[in-house]
Amino acid sequence: MRDYPGTRQTFIEMDTIPENGKGIPVDHNKIVAEKVSAFFGKVQAIRDIQINIPENSIVAIIGPSGCGKSTFLRSINRMHELIHGTRVTGKILLDGEDVYSLDPVLIRKKIGMVFQKPNPFPTMSIFDNVAAGLRMGGTHDRKNIAEVVERSLQQAALWSEVKDSLSKSGVGLSGGQQQRLCIARALAVNPEVLLMDEPASALDPIATAKIEELLFELKKRYTIVIVTHNMQQAARVSDYTAFFYMGELIEYDITKKIFTAPSIKQTEDYVTGRFG
Amino acid sequence: MESVLITRNTFKASKGRLQNPGDFLFKNLTRFFAALILVLVVLMAYEMMRTSALSWNKFGFNFFIRSVWDPVQDEYGALPFIYGTLVSSLLSLIIAVPLSLGIAVFLTEVAPRWLERPVSFFVEMLAGIPSIVYGVWGFFVMVPWLRSTVEPFISKYLGFIPLFRGAPYGVGMLAAGIILSIMILPIIASISRDVLKAVPRSQTEASLALGSTRWQATRIALAYSRSGIFGAVVLGLGRAIGETMAVTMVIGNRPTISASLFEPGYTMASVLANEFTEATSEMYISALVEIALTLFIITIIINSFARLLIWSVTSNERAQKA
Ligand SMILES: Nc1ncnc2c1ncn2[C@@H]1O[C@H](COP(=O)(O)OP(=O)(O)OP(=O)(O)O)[C@@H](O)[C@H]1O
Ligand SMILES: [Mg+2]
Repeated sequence: MRDYPGTRQTFIEMDTIPENGKGIPVDHNKIVAEKVSAFFGKVQAIRDIQINIPENSIVAIIGPSGCGKSTFLRSINRMHELIHGTRVTGKILLDGEDVYSLDPVLIRKKIGMVFQKPNPFPTMSIFDNVAAGLRMGGTHDRKNIAEVVERSLQQAALWSEVKDSLSKSGVGLSGGQQQRLCIARALAVNPEVLLMDEPASALDPIATAKIEELLFELKKRYTIVIVTHNMQQAARVSDYTAFFYMGELIEYDITKKIFTAPSIKQTEDYVTGRFG
Repeated sequence: MESVLITRNTFKASKGRLQNPGDFLFKNLTRFFAALILVLVVLMAYEMMRTSALSWNKFGFNFFIRSVWDPVQDEYGALPFIYGTLVSSLLSLIIAVPLSLGIAVFLTEVAPRWLERPVSFFVEMLAGIPSIVYGVWGFFVMVPWLRSTVEPFISKYLGFIPLFRGAPYGVGMLAAGIILSIMILPIIASISRDVLKAVPRSQTEASLALGSTRWQATRIALAYSRSGIFGAVVLGLGRAIGETMAVTMVIGNRPTISASLFEPGYTMASVLANEFTEATSEMYISALVEIALTLFIITIIINSFARLLIWSVTSNERAQKA
Protein backbone atom coordinates (compact mmCIF):
# COMPACT_ATOMS: atom_id res chain seq x y z
CA MET A 1 0.00 0.00 0.00
CA ARG A 2 2.66 2.49 0.94
CA ASP A 3 5.02 2.47 -2.01
CA TYR A 4 3.10 4.21 -4.69
CA PRO A 5 5.00 5.05 -7.82
CA GLY A 6 3.14 8.35 -7.86
CA THR A 7 4.86 9.39 -4.69
CA ARG A 8 8.28 9.71 -6.20
CA GLN A 9 6.97 11.37 -9.25
CA THR A 10 5.51 14.23 -7.28
CA PHE A 11 8.87 14.88 -5.81
CA ILE A 12 10.47 15.88 -9.00
CA GLU A 13 8.05 18.74 -9.11
CA MET A 14 8.60 19.52 -5.45
CA ASP A 15 12.30 19.82 -5.95
CA THR A 16 11.89 22.57 -8.43
CA ILE A 17 10.22 24.87 -5.91
CA PRO A 18 12.95 27.24 -4.78
CA GLU A 19 11.67 27.90 -1.25
CA ASN A 20 11.54 24.21 -0.52
CA GLY A 21 14.62 23.42 1.52
CA LYS A 22 17.08 20.90 0.19
CA GLY A 23 17.26 19.39 3.66
CA ILE A 24 13.85 17.75 3.34
CA PRO A 25 14.21 14.07 2.45
CA VAL A 26 12.43 13.20 -0.74
CA ASP A 27 11.77 9.51 -0.35
CA HIS A 28 9.06 7.94 1.81
CA ASN A 29 6.59 10.75 1.66
CA LYS A 30 3.43 10.23 3.61
CA ILE A 31 1.63 13.29 2.37
CA VAL A 32 2.25 15.45 -0.65
CA ALA A 33 0.33 18.64 -1.30
CA GLU A 34 0.36 19.91 -4.85
CA LYS A 35 -0.78 23.45 -5.53
CA VAL A 36 -3.39 23.32 -2.80
CA SER A 37 -5.66 26.32 -2.48
CA ALA A 38 -8.63 26.62 -0.16
CA PHE A 39 -11.48 29.08 -0.22
CA PHE A 40 -14.18 30.36 2.11
CA GLY A 41 -16.73 31.48 -0.43
CA LYS A 42 -14.79 33.96 -2.53
CA VAL A 43 -12.08 34.50 0.07
CA GLN A 44 -8.94 32.54 -0.61
CA ALA A 45 -7.35 31.40 2.65
CA ILE A 46 -4.37 29.46 1.26
CA ARG A 47 -2.71 29.71 -2.13
CA ASP A 48 -0.86 27.05 -4.10
CA ILE A 49 0.65 25.24 -1.15
CA GLN A 50 3.32 22.73 -2.19
CA ILE A 51 4.70 20.60 0.57
CA ASN A 52 5.83 17.07 1.21
CA ILE A 53 5.57 15.42 4.60
CA PRO A 54 8.08 12.59 5.11
CA GLU A 55 6.83 9.48 6.86
CA ASN A 56 7.41 9.13 10.60
CA SER A 57 8.41 12.72 11.02
CA ILE A 58 6.97 15.67 12.84
CA VAL A 59 6.29 18.70 10.70
CA ALA A 60 5.50 21.96 12.44
CA ILE A 61 3.50 24.67 10.74
CA ILE A 62 4.15 28.16 12.04
CA GLY A 63 3.02 31.59 10.99
CA PRO A 64 1.09 34.61 12.20
CA SER A 65 -2.58 34.35 13.06
CA GLY A 66 -4.88 34.12 10.06
CA CYS A 67 -2.17 32.93 7.66
CA GLY A 68 -4.05 29.73 6.85
CA LYS A 69 -2.39 27.11 9.04
CA SER A 70 -5.63 25.61 10.29
CA THR A 71 -7.19 25.84 6.87
CA PHE A 72 -4.33 23.88 5.35
CA LEU A 73 -4.46 21.28 8.09
CA ARG A 74 -8.20 20.92 7.65
CA SER A 75 -7.90 20.49 3.91
CA ILE A 76 -5.66 17.48 4.47
CA ASN A 77 -8.34 15.41 6.22
CA ARG A 78 -11.17 17.03 4.30
CA MET A 79 -12.64 18.83 7.30
CA HIS A 80 -12.47 22.14 5.42
CA GLU A 81 -15.26 21.11 3.08
CA LEU A 82 -17.67 20.67 6.01
CA ILE A 83 -18.09 24.43 6.26
CA HIS A 84 -20.82 25.76 4.01
CA GLY A 85 -19.58 27.38 0.82
CA THR A 86 -15.94 26.29 1.02
CA ARG A 87 -13.81 24.52 -1.55
CA VAL A 88 -10.33 23.14 -2.08
CA THR A 89 -8.39 22.98 -5.32
CA GLY A 90 -5.14 21.20 -6.10
CA LYS A 91 -4.14 17.75 -4.99
CA ILE A 92 -3.39 16.20 -1.64
CA LEU A 93 -1.81 12.78 -1.88
CA LEU A 94 -1.77 10.28 0.93
CA ASP A 95 0.63 7.50 0.02
CA GLY A 96 0.33 8.72 -3.53
CA GLU A 97 -3.44 8.59 -3.65
CA ASP A 98 -5.49 11.74 -4.00
CA VAL A 99 -7.54 12.10 -0.84
CA TYR A 100 -10.16 14.09 -2.74
CA SER A 101 -10.91 11.11 -4.92
CA LEU A 102 -11.50 8.80 -1.97
CA ASP A 103 -14.28 8.47 0.61
CA PRO A 104 -13.84 11.24 3.22
CA VAL A 105 -14.90 8.83 5.98
CA LEU A 106 -12.02 6.52 5.04
CA ILE A 107 -9.58 9.41 4.76
CA ARG A 108 -10.45 10.67 8.23
CA LYS A 109 -9.87 7.22 9.66
CA LYS A 110 -6.39 7.25 8.19
CA ILE A 111 -5.72 10.88 9.09
CA GLY A 112 -6.65 11.58 12.68
CA MET A 113 -7.06 15.04 14.15
CA VAL A 114 -6.58 16.68 17.52
CA PHE A 115 -8.16 20.07 18.02
CA GLN A 116 -7.05 23.20 19.80
CA LYS A 117 -9.60 22.91 22.56
CA PRO A 118 -10.01 19.45 24.12
CA ASN A 119 -13.40 18.20 22.96
CA PRO A 120 -14.21 14.87 24.62
CA PHE A 121 -17.79 13.62 24.28
CA PRO A 122 -19.36 14.78 27.55
CA THR A 123 -22.03 12.11 27.75
CA MET A 124 -19.49 9.31 27.47
CA SER A 125 -17.15 7.75 29.98
CA ILE A 126 -13.40 7.86 29.52
CA PHE A 127 -13.51 4.34 28.14
CA ASP A 128 -16.35 5.07 25.74
CA ASN A 129 -14.64 8.22 24.51
CA VAL A 130 -11.62 6.23 23.42
CA ALA A 131 -13.80 3.44 22.04
CA ALA A 132 -16.09 5.82 20.15
CA GLY A 133 -14.17 5.78 16.89
CA LEU A 134 -13.84 2.00 16.92
CA ARG A 135 -17.51 1.47 17.58
CA MET A 136 -18.52 3.94 14.91
CA GLY A 137 -16.19 2.06 12.60
CA GLY A 138 -18.15 -1.11 13.23
CA THR A 139 -15.94 -2.90 15.77
CA HIS A 140 -18.05 -4.42 18.52
CA ASP A 141 -15.87 -7.17 19.89
CA ARG A 142 -15.55 -6.27 23.56
CA LYS A 143 -12.19 -7.84 24.15
CA ASN A 144 -10.73 -6.21 21.11
CA ILE A 145 -12.13 -2.82 22.09
CA ALA A 146 -10.82 -3.10 25.63
CA GLU A 147 -7.36 -3.90 24.32
CA VAL A 148 -7.31 -1.00 21.91
CA VAL A 149 -8.59 1.39 24.56
CA GLU A 150 -5.84 0.39 26.95
CA ARG A 151 -3.16 0.56 24.30
CA SER A 152 -4.33 3.97 23.06
CA LEU A 153 -4.48 5.40 26.56
CA GLN A 154 -1.00 4.08 27.17
CA GLN A 155 0.27 5.63 23.97
CA ALA A 156 -1.29 8.91 25.01
CA ALA A 157 0.49 8.63 28.40
CA LEU A 158 -2.83 8.76 30.23
CA TRP A 159 -3.35 5.13 31.20
CA SER A 160 -1.73 5.25 34.61
CA GLU A 161 -3.80 8.28 35.57
CA VAL A 162 -7.20 6.95 34.52
CA LYS A 163 -7.00 3.17 34.66
CA ASP A 164 -9.07 3.08 37.84
CA SER A 165 -11.71 5.52 36.64
CA LEU A 166 -12.42 4.39 33.10
CA SER A 167 -16.15 4.52 33.68
CA LYS A 168 -16.08 8.12 34.90
CA SER A 169 -17.01 10.98 32.62
CA GLY A 170 -14.28 12.32 30.36
CA VAL A 171 -15.12 15.93 31.14
CA GLY A 172 -14.19 15.42 34.80
CA LEU A 173 -10.51 15.32 33.81
CA SER A 174 -8.15 18.29 33.83
CA GLY A 175 -7.60 20.19 30.58
CA GLY A 176 -4.30 18.46 29.91
CA GLN A 177 -5.76 15.06 30.66
CA GLN A 178 -8.72 15.82 28.42
CA GLN A 179 -6.38 16.69 25.59
CA ARG A 180 -4.48 13.44 26.05
CA LEU A 181 -7.83 11.68 26.13
CA CYS A 182 -8.60 13.25 22.77
CA ILE A 183 -5.21 12.08 21.49
CA ALA A 184 -5.99 8.57 22.72
CA ARG A 185 -9.38 8.77 21.04
CA ALA A 186 -7.71 9.73 17.77
CA LEU A 187 -5.09 6.98 18.11
CA ALA A 188 -7.67 4.31 18.81
CA VAL A 189 -8.87 4.23 15.22
CA ASN A 190 -5.28 3.44 14.23
CA PRO A 191 -4.58 6.35 11.90
CA GLU A 192 -1.41 6.72 9.88
CA VAL A 193 -1.20 10.48 10.18
CA LEU A 194 -2.03 12.72 13.11
CA LEU A 195 -2.95 16.37 12.52
CA MET A 196 -2.73 18.58 15.58
CA ASP A 197 -4.00 22.15 15.58
CA GLU A 198 -2.34 23.97 18.48
CA PRO A 199 -2.93 20.98 20.74
CA ALA A 200 -1.19 22.52 23.71
CA SER A 201 -2.26 26.14 23.46
CA ALA A 202 -4.93 25.75 26.14
CA LEU A 203 -2.64 23.89 28.53
CA ASP A 204 -0.23 24.79 31.29
CA PRO A 205 3.54 24.23 30.88
CA ILE A 206 3.55 20.85 32.62
CA ALA A 207 0.69 19.46 30.57
CA THR A 208 2.36 20.93 27.48
CA ALA A 209 5.64 19.20 28.29
CA LYS A 210 3.76 15.91 28.65
CA ILE A 211 2.19 16.30 25.23
CA GLU A 212 5.54 17.21 23.68
CA GLU A 213 7.18 14.17 25.19
CA LEU A 214 4.37 12.14 23.82
CA LEU A 215 5.00 13.40 20.30
CA PHE A 216 8.48 11.87 20.26
CA GLU A 217 7.00 8.52 21.11
CA LEU A 218 4.20 8.84 18.61
CA LYS A 219 6.41 9.75 15.70
CA LYS A 220 7.86 6.23 15.70
CA ARG A 221 4.52 4.97 14.48
CA TYR A 222 2.74 7.95 13.02
CA THR A 223 3.40 10.91 10.80
CA ILE A 224 2.54 14.10 12.63
CA VAL A 225 1.67 17.58 11.41
CA ILE A 226 1.40 20.10 14.20
CA VAL A 227 0.32 23.73 14.07
CA THR A 228 1.79 25.85 16.81
CA HIS A 229 2.20 29.47 17.80
CA ASN A 230 4.94 28.58 20.19
CA MET A 231 8.33 28.93 18.49
CA GLN A 232 10.17 27.02 21.19
CA GLN A 233 7.70 24.22 20.85
CA ALA A 234 8.16 24.03 17.11
CA ALA A 235 11.92 24.09 17.57
CA ARG A 236 11.80 21.41 20.26
CA VAL A 237 9.46 18.87 18.78
CA SER A 238 9.57 19.05 15.03
CA ASP A 239 11.93 17.65 12.42
CA TYR A 240 10.83 20.02 9.71
CA THR A 241 9.15 23.38 9.89
CA ALA A 242 6.94 25.16 7.39
CA PHE A 243 6.48 28.88 7.64
CA PHE A 244 3.16 30.18 6.32
CA TYR A 245 2.45 33.82 5.68
CA MET A 246 -0.69 35.37 4.21
CA GLY A 247 -1.92 32.07 2.88
CA GLU A 248 1.34 31.06 1.23
CA LEU A 249 4.10 28.69 2.15
CA ILE A 250 7.13 30.94 2.45
CA GLU A 251 9.78 28.49 3.54
CA TYR A 252 9.97 24.82 4.43
CA ASP A 253 13.11 23.19 5.72
CA ILE A 254 14.78 21.27 8.48
CA THR A 255 13.63 22.81 11.75
CA LYS A 256 17.14 23.64 12.86
CA LYS A 257 17.79 25.50 9.65
CA ILE A 258 14.55 27.47 9.88
CA PHE A 259 15.38 28.63 13.37
CA THR A 260 19.08 29.31 12.91
CA ALA A 261 19.71 30.13 9.29
CA PRO A 262 16.52 30.60 7.29
CA SER A 263 17.06 31.46 3.67
CA ILE A 264 14.24 33.92 3.43
CA LYS A 265 14.10 37.25 5.21
CA GLN A 266 10.42 37.01 6.20
CA THR A 267 11.04 33.71 7.94
CA GLU A 268 13.93 35.16 9.86
CA ASP A 269 11.88 38.17 10.90
CA TYR A 270 9.10 35.93 12.12
CA VAL A 271 11.14 33.38 14.07
CA THR A 272 13.20 36.10 15.71
CA GLY A 273 10.02 37.82 16.74
CA ARG A 274 10.41 40.92 14.63
CA PHE A 275 6.84 40.64 13.36
CA GLY A 276 3.73 38.51 13.64
CA MET B 1 -22.62 34.08 38.38
CA GLU B 2 -20.58 37.11 37.49
CA SER B 3 -23.36 38.96 35.78
CA VAL B 4 -25.54 38.50 38.84
CA LEU B 5 -22.86 40.04 41.00
CA ILE B 6 -22.48 42.95 38.65
CA THR B 7 -26.16 43.78 38.58
CA ARG B 8 -26.34 43.52 42.35
CA ASN B 9 -23.44 45.86 42.70
CA THR B 10 -24.76 48.41 40.29
CA PHE B 11 -28.09 48.19 42.03
CA LYS B 12 -26.47 48.82 45.37
CA ALA B 13 -24.42 51.64 43.95
CA SER B 14 -27.49 53.27 42.52
CA LYS B 15 -29.23 52.99 45.84
CA GLY B 16 -26.87 55.50 47.38
CA ARG B 17 -27.56 58.07 44.72
CA LEU B 18 -30.79 59.95 44.29
CA GLN B 19 -33.06 57.89 42.09
CA ASN B 20 -34.89 59.10 39.09
CA PRO B 21 -38.59 58.96 40.06
CA GLY B 22 -39.48 57.31 36.76
CA ASP B 23 -36.94 54.55 37.37
CA PHE B 24 -38.20 54.10 40.86
CA LEU B 25 -41.78 53.79 39.71
CA PHE B 26 -40.86 51.45 36.90
CA LYS B 27 -38.83 49.17 39.08
CA ASN B 28 -41.45 48.86 41.76
CA LEU B 29 -44.31 48.54 39.31
CA THR B 30 -42.66 45.61 37.56
CA ARG B 31 -41.80 44.11 40.91
CA PHE B 32 -45.43 44.45 41.89
CA PHE B 33 -46.64 42.65 38.78
CA ALA B 34 -44.17 39.84 39.28
CA ALA B 35 -45.33 39.41 42.86
CA LEU B 36 -48.95 39.61 41.75
CA ILE B 37 -48.55 36.52 39.58
CA LEU B 38 -47.12 34.53 42.44
CA VAL B 39 -49.92 35.68 44.72
CA LEU B 40 -52.51 34.73 42.11
CA VAL B 41 -51.11 31.22 41.79
CA VAL B 42 -51.11 30.75 45.53
CA LEU B 43 -54.64 32.15 45.82
CA MET B 44 -55.86 29.86 43.07
CA ALA B 45 -54.42 26.84 44.80
CA TYR B 46 -55.89 27.94 48.09
CA GLU B 47 -59.32 28.55 46.62
CA MET B 48 -59.34 25.13 44.95
CA MET B 49 -58.26 23.43 48.15
CA ARG B 50 -61.03 25.18 50.01
CA THR B 51 -63.73 24.21 47.53
CA SER B 52 -62.53 20.63 47.19
CA ALA B 53 -62.38 20.09 50.95
CA LEU B 54 -65.85 18.57 50.99
CA SER B 55 -64.93 15.86 48.53
CA TRP B 56 -61.52 15.33 50.12
CA ASN B 57 -63.11 14.86 53.53
CA LYS B 58 -65.62 12.36 52.25
CA PHE B 59 -63.50 10.23 49.90
CA GLY B 60 -59.97 10.94 51.12
CA PHE B 61 -57.20 9.39 49.11
CA ASN B 62 -59.67 6.84 47.71
CA PHE B 63 -60.86 9.60 45.41
CA PHE B 64 -57.84 8.91 43.22
CA ILE B 65 -58.27 5.16 42.99
CA ARG B 66 -62.06 4.86 42.69
CA SER B 67 -63.51 4.49 39.24
CA VAL B 68 -67.12 5.32 40.08
CA TRP B 69 -68.46 8.63 38.79
CA ASP B 70 -72.10 8.88 39.74
CA PRO B 71 -73.59 12.36 40.18
CA VAL B 72 -76.98 10.85 41.02
CA GLN B 73 -75.69 9.01 44.08
CA ASP B 74 -73.07 11.71 44.70
CA GLU B 75 -70.29 9.13 44.53
CA TYR B 76 -67.09 10.29 42.91
CA GLY B 77 -63.71 8.85 41.98
CA ALA B 78 -61.15 10.33 39.63
CA LEU B 79 -59.37 7.22 38.40
CA PRO B 80 -60.97 7.01 34.90
CA PHE B 81 -60.02 10.63 34.25
CA ILE B 82 -56.49 10.25 35.55
CA TYR B 83 -56.17 7.08 33.50
CA GLY B 84 -57.56 8.78 30.40
CA THR B 85 -55.26 11.75 30.76
CA LEU B 86 -52.22 9.56 31.26
CA VAL B 87 -52.96 7.13 28.46
CA SER B 88 -53.91 9.76 25.88
CA SER B 89 -50.83 11.84 26.77
CA LEU B 90 -48.43 8.91 26.66
CA LEU B 91 -49.94 7.75 23.39
CA SER B 92 -49.41 11.21 21.95
CA LEU B 93 -45.78 11.16 23.08
CA ILE B 94 -45.23 7.77 21.46
CA ILE B 95 -46.46 9.19 18.17
CA ALA B 96 -45.05 12.72 18.42
CA VAL B 97 -41.56 12.18 19.84
CA PRO B 98 -40.06 10.18 16.96
CA LEU B 99 -41.73 12.47 14.42
CA SER B 100 -40.54 15.63 16.16
CA LEU B 101 -37.00 14.35 16.50
CA GLY B 102 -37.04 13.38 12.86
CA ILE B 103 -38.13 16.88 11.93
CA ALA B 104 -35.56 18.49 14.24
CA VAL B 105 -32.73 16.37 12.85
CA PHE B 106 -33.90 17.02 9.30
CA LEU B 107 -33.95 20.75 9.91
CA THR B 108 -30.54 20.95 11.58
CA GLU B 109 -28.55 18.31 9.73
CA VAL B 110 -30.12 17.51 6.41
CA ALA B 111 -32.28 20.27 4.99
CA PRO B 112 -30.69 22.76 2.63
CA ARG B 113 -31.07 26.34 3.78
CA TRP B 114 -33.82 27.28 1.36
CA LEU B 115 -35.96 24.46 2.73
CA GLU B 116 -35.12 24.91 6.40
CA ARG B 117 -36.94 28.20 6.80
CA PRO B 118 -40.30 27.32 5.30
CA VAL B 119 -40.42 23.99 7.11
CA SER B 120 -39.53 25.62 10.43
CA PHE B 121 -42.16 28.25 9.81
CA PHE B 122 -44.78 25.66 9.00
CA VAL B 123 -44.00 23.62 12.11
CA GLU B 124 -44.19 26.69 14.32
CA MET B 125 -47.41 27.75 12.66
CA LEU B 126 -49.02 24.49 13.75
CA ALA B 127 -48.48 25.61 17.34
CA GLY B 128 -50.52 28.74 16.74
CA ILE B 129 -53.71 27.08 15.52
CA PRO B 130 -56.47 27.27 18.16
CA SER B 131 -57.18 23.91 19.68
CA ILE B 132 -60.88 24.04 18.79
CA VAL B 133 -59.84 24.00 15.12
CA TYR B 134 -57.94 20.79 15.71
CA GLY B 135 -61.01 19.45 17.48
CA VAL B 136 -63.34 20.26 14.60
CA TRP B 137 -60.93 18.77 12.09
CA GLY B 138 -60.49 15.73 14.33
CA PHE B 139 -64.20 15.20 14.73
CA PHE B 140 -65.27 15.69 11.12
CA VAL B 141 -62.27 14.38 9.24
CA MET B 142 -60.02 12.23 11.36
CA VAL B 143 -62.61 10.32 13.38
CA PRO B 144 -64.63 9.10 10.37
CA TRP B 145 -61.38 8.06 8.71
CA LEU B 146 -60.28 6.17 11.82
CA ARG B 147 -63.68 4.48 12.02
CA SER B 148 -63.93 3.46 8.39
CA THR B 149 -60.31 2.71 7.50
CA VAL B 150 -57.61 2.78 10.14
CA GLU B 151 -59.22 0.98 13.05
CA PRO B 152 -60.75 -1.87 11.00
CA PHE B 153 -57.36 -2.32 9.35
CA ILE B 154 -55.46 -2.42 12.65
CA SER B 155 -57.93 -4.76 14.33
CA LYS B 156 -57.80 -7.09 11.35
CA TYR B 157 -54.07 -7.60 11.68
CA LEU B 158 -53.33 -6.73 15.33
CA GLY B 159 -56.71 -7.50 16.87
CA PHE B 160 -55.20 -10.27 18.98
CA ILE B 161 -53.52 -7.59 21.12
CA PRO B 162 -55.96 -6.27 23.77
CA LEU B 163 -54.91 -2.71 22.89
CA PHE B 164 -56.60 -3.01 19.52
CA ARG B 165 -59.66 -5.01 20.40
CA GLY B 166 -63.26 -3.95 20.15
CA ALA B 167 -65.53 -2.12 17.78
CA PRO B 168 -64.08 0.72 15.76
CA TYR B 169 -65.94 3.70 17.17
CA GLY B 170 -63.66 6.28 15.70
CA VAL B 171 -63.93 8.46 18.77
CA GLY B 172 -61.82 7.16 21.64
CA MET B 173 -58.38 7.00 23.16
CA LEU B 174 -56.59 6.49 19.84
CA ALA B 175 -58.25 9.54 18.29
CA ALA B 176 -57.33 11.62 21.34
CA GLY B 177 -53.73 10.40 21.23
CA ILE B 178 -53.38 11.25 17.54
CA ILE B 179 -54.92 14.69 17.82
CA LEU B 180 -52.74 15.45 20.85
CA SER B 181 -49.63 14.27 19.05
CA ILE B 182 -50.28 16.75 16.24
CA MET B 183 -50.74 19.48 18.79
CA ILE B 184 -47.55 18.81 20.78
CA LEU B 185 -45.39 18.10 17.74
CA PRO B 186 -44.51 21.76 17.07
CA ILE B 187 -43.28 22.47 20.58
CA ILE B 188 -41.15 19.32 20.79
CA ALA B 189 -39.79 19.73 17.27
CA SER B 190 -38.91 23.39 17.56
CA ILE B 191 -37.26 23.15 20.98
CA SER B 192 -35.33 20.04 19.92
CA ARG B 193 -34.21 21.89 16.84
CA ASP B 194 -32.93 24.80 18.94
CA VAL B 195 -31.20 22.44 21.34
CA LEU B 196 -29.57 20.56 18.47
CA LYS B 197 -28.49 23.80 16.87
CA ALA B 198 -26.78 24.76 20.10
CA VAL B 199 -24.52 21.70 20.02
CA PRO B 200 -20.98 23.07 19.65
CA ARG B 201 -19.35 22.54 16.26
CA SER B 202 -16.40 20.98 18.03
CA GLN B 203 -18.54 17.99 18.96
CA THR B 204 -19.63 17.26 15.42
CA GLU B 205 -16.10 17.82 14.18
CA ALA B 206 -14.66 15.53 16.85
CA SER B 207 -16.97 12.81 15.64
CA LEU B 208 -16.36 13.34 11.93
CA ALA B 209 -12.59 13.53 12.45
CA LEU B 210 -12.76 10.00 13.83
CA GLY B 211 -14.11 8.85 10.51
CA SER B 212 -17.77 8.79 11.46
CA THR B 213 -20.58 9.13 8.98
CA ARG B 214 -22.92 12.13 9.12
CA TRP B 215 -25.56 9.98 10.77
CA GLN B 216 -23.13 8.88 13.48
CA ALA B 217 -22.13 12.50 14.05
CA THR B 218 -25.82 13.31 14.39
CA ARG B 219 -26.15 10.64 17.03
CA ILE B 220 -23.29 12.23 18.93
CA ALA B 221 -25.13 15.55 18.71
CA LEU B 222 -28.35 13.92 19.93
CA ALA B 223 -26.51 12.39 22.87
CA TYR B 224 -24.93 15.73 23.68
CA SER B 225 -28.31 17.45 23.76
CA ARG B 226 -30.26 14.64 25.37
CA SER B 227 -31.31 16.50 28.49
CA GLY B 228 -32.54 19.46 26.46
CA ILE B 229 -34.50 17.14 24.22
CA PHE B 230 -35.89 15.36 27.25
CA GLY B 231 -36.98 18.76 28.53
CA ALA B 232 -38.76 19.43 25.24
CA VAL B 233 -40.55 16.11 25.51
CA VAL B 234 -41.66 16.80 29.06
CA LEU B 235 -42.90 20.22 28.00
CA GLY B 236 -44.91 18.52 25.27
CA LEU B 237 -46.27 16.12 27.86
CA GLY B 238 -47.34 19.07 29.98
CA ARG B 239 -49.23 20.50 27.05
CA ALA B 240 -50.87 17.15 26.25
CA ILE B 241 -52.02 16.68 29.82
CA GLY B 242 -53.67 20.07 29.99
CA GLU B 243 -55.17 20.09 26.49
CA THR B 244 -58.95 20.29 26.66
CA MET B 245 -61.12 21.25 23.71
CA ALA B 246 -59.70 19.09 20.94
CA VAL B 247 -59.55 16.05 23.20
CA THR B 248 -63.10 16.55 24.45
CA MET B 249 -64.34 16.48 20.89
CA VAL B 250 -62.73 13.18 19.93
CA ILE B 251 -62.22 11.06 23.06
CA GLY B 252 -65.83 9.96 23.52
CA ASN B 253 -66.26 11.33 27.04
CA ARG B 254 -67.13 8.14 28.88
CA PRO B 255 -65.59 7.56 32.34
CA THR B 256 -64.50 3.98 31.79
CA ILE B 257 -61.17 2.27 31.99
CA SER B 258 -60.58 0.00 29.06
CA ALA B 259 -57.50 -1.69 27.75
CA SER B 260 -58.51 -1.03 24.16
CA LEU B 261 -57.40 2.18 22.52
CA PHE B 262 -60.48 2.04 20.32
CA GLU B 263 -62.79 2.47 23.32
CA PRO B 264 -63.97 5.90 24.44
CA GLY B 265 -62.40 7.45 27.51
CA TYR B 266 -62.36 10.69 29.41
CA THR B 267 -59.66 13.03 30.65
CA MET B 268 -59.40 15.31 33.66
CA ALA B 269 -59.48 18.43 31.50
CA SER B 270 -62.43 17.18 29.44
CA VAL B 271 -64.62 16.29 32.40
CA LEU B 272 -64.07 19.74 33.83
CA ALA B 273 -65.02 21.41 30.58
CA ASN B 274 -68.08 19.23 30.08
CA GLU B 275 -69.58 18.94 33.52
CA PHE B 276 -68.94 22.22 35.25
CA THR B 277 -72.12 23.81 34.03
CA GLU B 278 -74.25 20.84 35.02
CA ALA B 279 -72.75 20.36 38.46
CA THR B 280 -75.60 21.05 40.82
CA SER B 281 -74.85 19.45 44.15
CA GLU B 282 -72.13 20.85 46.35
CA MET B 283 -70.35 17.50 46.44
CA TYR B 284 -70.35 17.33 42.63
CA ILE B 285 -68.70 20.75 42.40
CA SER B 286 -66.25 19.84 45.11
CA ALA B 287 -65.23 16.64 43.31
CA LEU B 288 -64.71 18.51 40.05
CA VAL B 289 -62.57 21.10 41.78
CA GLU B 290 -60.49 18.36 43.33
CA ILE B 291 -59.83 17.05 39.82
CA ALA B 292 -58.91 20.58 38.75
CA LEU B 293 -56.51 20.87 41.67
CA THR B 294 -54.91 17.55 40.76
CA LEU B 295 -54.45 18.67 37.17
CA PHE B 296 -53.07 21.99 38.37
CA ILE B 297 -50.45 20.35 40.54
CA ILE B 298 -49.43 17.80 37.89
CA THR B 299 -48.97 20.43 35.19
CA ILE B 300 -47.01 22.73 37.50
CA ILE B 301 -44.66 19.92 38.44
CA ILE B 302 -44.18 18.77 34.86
CA ASN B 303 -43.64 22.24 33.48
CA SER B 304 -41.16 23.32 36.14
CA PHE B 305 -39.27 20.09 35.65
CA ALA B 306 -39.06 20.64 31.89
CA ARG B 307 -38.07 24.29 32.21
CA LEU B 308 -35.41 23.37 34.70
CA LEU B 309 -33.93 20.81 32.32
CA ILE B 310 -33.91 23.13 29.34
CA TRP B 311 -32.60 25.96 31.44
CA SER B 312 -29.75 23.91 32.85
CA VAL B 313 -28.73 22.88 29.33
CA THR B 314 -28.76 26.36 27.88
CA SER B 315 -27.01 27.89 30.88
CA ASN B 316 -24.29 25.24 30.59
CA GLU B 317 -23.77 26.39 27.07
CA ARG B 318 -23.52 29.98 28.09
CA ALA B 319 -20.94 29.01 30.67
CA GLN B 320 -18.97 27.07 28.08
CA LYS B 321 -19.03 29.85 25.56
CA ALA B 322 -17.85 32.43 28.09
N1 LIG C 1 -15.29 30.12 8.70
C1 LIG C 1 -14.61 31.03 7.99
N2 LIG C 1 -15.25 31.83 7.10
C2 LIG C 1 -14.59 32.75 6.37
N3 LIG C 1 -13.27 32.97 6.45
C3 LIG C 1 -12.57 32.22 7.31
C4 LIG C 1 -13.19 31.21 8.12
N4 LIG C 1 -12.24 30.62 8.89
C5 LIG C 1 -11.09 31.23 8.55
N5 LIG C 1 -11.27 32.18 7.62
C6 LIG C 1 -10.23 33.03 7.02
O1 LIG C 1 -9.23 32.21 6.45
C7 LIG C 1 -7.95 32.69 6.75
C8 LIG C 1 -7.11 31.58 7.36
O2 LIG C 1 -7.66 31.20 8.60
P1 LIG C 1 -7.04 30.06 9.49
O3 LIG C 1 -8.00 29.74 10.56
O4 LIG C 1 -6.58 28.96 8.62
O5 LIG C 1 -5.78 30.81 10.10
P2 LIG C 1 -4.72 30.26 11.16
O6 LIG C 1 -3.40 30.42 10.53
O7 LIG C 1 -5.11 28.92 11.63
O8 LIG C 1 -4.89 31.32 12.30
P3 LIG C 1 -4.75 31.12 13.86
O9 LIG C 1 -3.30 31.06 14.15
O10 LIG C 1 -5.36 32.34 14.43
O11 LIG C 1 -5.47 29.87 14.23
C9 LIG C 1 -8.12 33.87 7.68
O12 LIG C 1 -7.87 35.04 6.95
C10 LIG C 1 -9.55 33.82 8.11
O13 LIG C 1 -10.07 35.12 8.17
MG1 LIG D 1 -5.82 28.13 13.52
